[in-house]
Amino acid sequence: MSRERYEMVVGLEVHVQLKTRTKAFCGCSTDFGAPPNVNTCPVCLALPGALPVLNERAVELATRAALGLGCKVNPVSIFARKNYFYPDLPKGYQISQFDQPLATGGSVAIGKNEAGADVQIGITRLHMEEDAGKSIHDRYPGATAIDLNRAGVPLIEIVSEPDLRTSADAGAYLRTVKQILQYLDVSDVSMEEGSLRVDANISVRPPGQTKLGTKTEVKNMNSFSAVERALEAEFERQCALLDSGGRVEQQTLLWDGARETVRPSRTKEGSHDYRYFPEPDLLPLKQDEKWIGDARSHLPELPDARKKRLVQEFGISPVEVEQLTATPALAEYFEAVARVSGDGKAAYNWVMGEVLAALRASSGDITHFRIRPADLAQLLNLVRDATISHTAAKRVFALMVETGKLPAQVAADEGLLQVGDEDAIATWVDEVLREHPEEGTRYLAGEKKLQGVLVGFVMKKSKGRADPKRVNQLLSARGG
Amino acid sequence: MSVESFGKLGAAAIASSVRAGDASRSDMIRASFERAREIGAGPDGLNIYLHSDEQASLEEADAIQKRLDSATDVGVLAGVPVAIKDNIASLGLPTTCGSKILAGYVSPFEATAITRLRASGALIVAKTNMDEFAMGSSTENSAYGPTRNPHDVRCVPGGSSGGSAAAVAAGITPIALGSETGGSVRQPAAFCGVVGVKPTYGRVSRYGLVAFASSLDQIGVLGRTVDDAALGLETIAGFDKMDSTSSDVDVPIYRLSALGGLPPDKRGPEGVAMESIRIGRTSVPIPPPPSASTLEGVVIGRPKEYFPDSLDASIRDLCERSLDRFRSMGATIRDISLPRSPLAIPVYYILAPAEASSNLARFDGVRYGLRVDPGKGLKAMYEATRSQGFGPEVTRRVLLGTYVLSAGYYDAYYKKAQAVRTLIGDDFRSVFSSGVNAIFTPTTPTTAFHVGAISDPYEMYLNDIFTVTANLAGVPAMSVPIGRVRRLPVGGQIITAHFDEYTMFRVAYALEASLGAEAHQ
Amino acid sequence: MAVTREDVLHIADLARLGVDGARADALTKELSAILAHMEVLSAVDTASVPPTDGIGAEGTPLRPDERVSPLMERTLESFAPAMRDGFFIVPRLATHEDPAESGA
Repeated sequence: MSRERYEMVVGLEVHVQLKTRTKAFCGCSTDFGAPPNVNTCPVCLALPGALPVLNERAVELATRAALGLGCKVNPVSIFARKNYFYPDLPKGYQISQFDQPLATGGSVAIGKNEAGADVQIGITRLHMEEDAGKSIHDRYPGATAIDLNRAGVPLIEIVSEPDLRTSADAGAYLRTVKQILQYLDVSDVSMEEGSLRVDANISVRPPGQTKLGTKTEVKNMNSFSAVERALEAEFERQCALLDSGGRVEQQTLLWDGARETVRPSRTKEGSHDYRYFPEPDLLPLKQDEKWIGDARSHLPELPDARKKRLVQEFGISPVEVEQLTATPALAEYFEAVARVSGDGKAAYNWVMGEVLAALRASSGDITHFRIRPADLAQLLNLVRDATISHTAAKRVFALMVETGKLPAQVAADEGLLQVGDEDAIATWVDEVLREHPEEGTRYLAGEKKLQGVLVGFVMKKSKGRADPKRVNQLLSARGG
Repeated sequence: MSVESFGKLGAAAIASSVRAGDASRSDMIRASFERAREIGAGPDGLNIYLHSDEQASLEEADAIQKRLDSATDVGVLAGVPVAIKDNIASLGLPTTCGSKILAGYVSPFEATAITRLRASGALIVAKTNMDEFAMGSSTENSAYGPTRNPHDVRCVPGGSSGGSAAAVAAGITPIALGSETGGSVRQPAAFCGVVGVKPTYGRVSRYGLVAFASSLDQIGVLGRTVDDAALGLETIAGFDKMDSTSSDVDVPIYRLSALGGLPPDKRGPEGVAMESIRIGRTSVPIPPPPSASTLEGVVIGRPKEYFPDSLDASIRDLCERSLDRFRSMGATIRDISLPRSPLAIPVYYILAPAEASSNLARFDGVRYGLRVDPGKGLKAMYEATRSQGFGPEVTRRVLLGTYVLSAGYYDAYYKKAQAVRTLIGDDFRSVFSSGVNAIFTPTTPTTAFHVGAISDPYEMYLNDIFTVTANLAGVPAMSVPIGRVRRLPVGGQIITAHFDEYTMFRVAYALEASLGAEAHQ
Repeated sequence: MAVTREDVLHIADLARLGVDGARADALTKELSAILAHMEVLSAVDTASVPPTDGIGAEGTPLRPDERVSPLMERTLESFAPAMRDGFFIVPRLATHEDPAESGA
C-alpha cells in the first residue's frame, strides 16, 4: 500500500457566518430564505456612489471568536480589497483582510496523543470578510440567476496551520472549532444553512521530511464527514501520483460526494491575481486594549473549562462529561437540573437517558424542550424523597412531556405518590402472603431468595406506590 | 430681473431676495435657463449640461414656493440654482459620469451633499459635463463631447469638473458642485476664472460621489465669488454616518473669516449686526457681506518648488502681484520648501489608477448600466460591455492601475507610492507646524489650452502638477482668479492645514477684495 | 520596467477589458512611457516610512447592528439590464455549460 510511505499534511480554512441582524457594511437583513434580491440596498448592490460602514456587532463577535480560539487580537487591523470578477460579487472585489488581519496565533486542543499530552492545532489567523451572493446555474437554460441577499453578510475565516496529519484529526479539529464557536454564541455554525463552510489544503510527504509538498485545495464538502472522506480520496490520489513518478500540481479540486472522488474545478476563468490593497473606503479598524480586555472578560465559558468544572462540581466522570457538554445548550440544561436538584449523578442519568430519548423521539432540540430544568429537578427530588418510585417517575416524566404539567401534580393525578406508611404496606404484605401461599410459606420457612419475588408482588398490588425499601424491611422482619 | 443681472448675482443676494419675497424661486429657475440659452450652453454650443429639465425644475420650484409661502422655514441658499457634476448621484436627473457605460442611469438614491443643498433651499437645475469618471484635465474625455471655455470657445474649460466651472463662469448658476481627485475643481476654476474649493479630505461626505480614487476624492465647490464658494461649502460640509472617511469636525461660518481673526463660534463675533434666518427650529445668523480686510499676523508661505524657472512669466507676475497684495494687507511672506512635491505626479498616477481599477470593476453590465452581450458567455459579456462602455483614457488608467497592483509589481509601484505619499504629507505638516498659516502658489502651470492641443497622456497629467499635492496630503486648497494672460483667466492657489478652511477663506476673501476688478483683467 | 505586450494582454484579461491586438500594441507603448516617469520613485528611500493608509487616528467608525430600510426611490427593475423572477440574469459562465457542474 503506497499510502504508508507518505504522511498527510492538512490545513483547514473555515468560513463562519457571524450571528448579526444586519450585513457587515449596510443595514440590510441577514435573514435566510427571503425572496431574491429583497435584502439589498445601494451598498450591497454596489450602486455607483454607495459606501460601506462597518457593523459594530460583527466586530464584537469576530473578536470574541478570536479570543475564544486563543488568538492575539491585533490593536490595528486593516480591511483590504480582494479583486476578481464574478457576477455574485457586486463590487468586483470582496472586502476582506489580508496582511493585517483581526487576529493571529491561536490554537485549539483536539484530544490526547498516545503519551497523554494535548494535541494542539495552531491557528494562523482569523480575519473578517463579507460573503458573496448566490449564483444559480440550473434555474434557467443558458443563463445564471443572481441573488444578492447573501452579499455582504459578515464572515470570519479561520485558517489553521498545516498541523493536521490524519483525516480523523481534521474531523476532530472541525468538531472542536464548531463546539467552541457554539459556546461563544457567535454563529449558528450550520453547514446545511451555509453558515459554516470548510476548504482544505492538503499535501503529502515522506515521514520525517520537513519540507512541505505541493498542496491542492479541496472545496465543496457539505459535512464534516465529507471533509474526512475528501481528504482520504485526495491523499490516495496524491500518493498514487507520486508513486507513479508524477508530480502534484497546485490546483483547486471539488469534492464530488456522489462519486466519492475529487475533480478539478473549472468554475473560475482566467488566472488568479487578486491584487489586494488596503480598502480606502474604510479606515483601519482600531481596538484598544480596554475594548479587547472587556471582550476577554465577557467571554462565555469555553468547553474545556466547563468540562473541568462540571466534573468537579457534580461528581460526574471525565467520560460522562464529554457527551454532556457536546453542545452548550445541553450542558446548560444539565447544569440547571443538577444545581436545583443538588444531585449531579441523577441529573446526568436523567438528561442522558430520558431527556435525550424524548428529544430523539420528537426530533426536538434541547432549547425548546417542554420540561424546564427546574421541573425535572423537582421530579428528581420526588424520587430522592421517596415520594414516588423510580418506576413511577418514568411514567410521570412521559406525562410531563405530553402535557407540560408539573411533576407533583402529575404524580397526584395519576395516584403515583409513593406510600411509606407502615400500616398500609403491612396490609399489602399480608394480602400478598395470603394470595401467594406457596411462595409465602417457603419464604417464611427461610427461603430468602424469594424476597425479591414477593416485593414484586407487593409493588404490583400497590400499583408501584409502595416504597420498596419499606417493603423489604417489613418482609425481612417477618422472615427473620 | 434681467438675465444679464442674474448672471452677476451671488448666491447670497439671490437667497436674500427670495427670502424677502422680491423674487420667486421659479423666477430664478427661469433666469438661469434663459442665461443658459443666451450663452449657448447646449450640446451645439459650450456643451455644459448633460442633463437638465427646465419644466421639471420650474414645477419643483413652484411646489416649494407654495409649501413655504405660509411657513417660515427658509434656507441659506433659498432659491439658488445649483448645477451638479454628473458623477454625484441625484434623484430625478440621470447620473452618467460622462460615460457611455452609465448612459440613461438614474440613481435610486441621492448624494448627501445634494440632500444638504436641497435642505438649505438650493434648487438643482442640471448635471454638468465632465471627463469620463473624472479622469482628465480638459473635459475632452467626456463620452458626450467636450465642454468649451466660456472665455474662448476654442479652449477647454479644464477638467474634470469642466462643465461645472463653465456653468459658473457663464453666469448660469452662482454655485456648482464638482469633484476633486487631483485638481479637478481648482484647475477648471483657474481656466474659467471662477473660485474653486477642494475641502480637507473628510470634510464633505463622499456618499453618492461615484468613486474614482476613494482615498483622494472629495466633492468640491465652484463659485462665482469666494462668498459663493464659502456658502456652498458650509452647506455641504460636516460629518455623515454614511461615509466612514468623513470627519466629525465642526464647520465654522466661513464668511466670518472675512472679518479677520480666529474662527469664532457659530454665534459670530461680538458687535456684528447679522441678519437672522430660521432653518427648521433654529435661528441661524447670516453675517454681513465681507469687505476689504487685513491679513495682519498671517504668515503666507511661497514654496519654491511651485515657482520653477520654467513657469510662464506672465503667470509668475500675476502670482507676485497677489503676494504683494498680501504684504500690503499686513501678511508676512515666507519662502518655504515642499521638497517632495516634484514626486507628486508619479505618486498620484500610481495610486489613483490603482484605486480606480478596483472602483470601476462594478461597471460590469450585471446590475445596472450598459450591457453588451455577444452571446458567447459571461466573460465575453464583461469584456464587450467594458471595452465598449469605457473610453480610451478610462481604459488606460484601469490598465495602469491593474498593472501596478498585480503580482510582482505591487511593492515597486503601489507600496512605494503609498510611502512617498506619506513623505509629501510630512512636507505640509512640517511647514504648517513651523508657523505658516497658508501657502500660495499658481493653480496651474498654463492657462486654458486649445481643444485637441494635448494628445500625450503624460503631458496632460502635468496639468495637475501644482494641485495634486493637496489631494495626496488631504489638506484643503482653493483657486481664486488673480488676473488674465492674453484674455484667459489665471488662478492663484491657497492651501492651508487640515480642516483650516477658515483661514483659507480668510486669505481668499482678502485677496478677492484687494484685487477687485483686477482679478478679471 | 518596460511593459510587454503580454503584460498588457494579461492585465486586460484581469480587468475584463477586451483589448484587441492593434490596441494592445498602442497601449504597450503608452503604458511603458507613463511608467518610465514613475521610475523616479525608486530612488526615494522609504525604508522607514509607513504607508498612508487611512487618514484619522480614531479608526473606522462603527455602525450599530440595526436594520435600515434600503432608501431606494426606484426599483431594481428600473435599472437592471435583465431580471427574471427577482433575479439578475447573466449569461452563463462558459465553464458552466455542463449541467453536471451547475449548482456547485
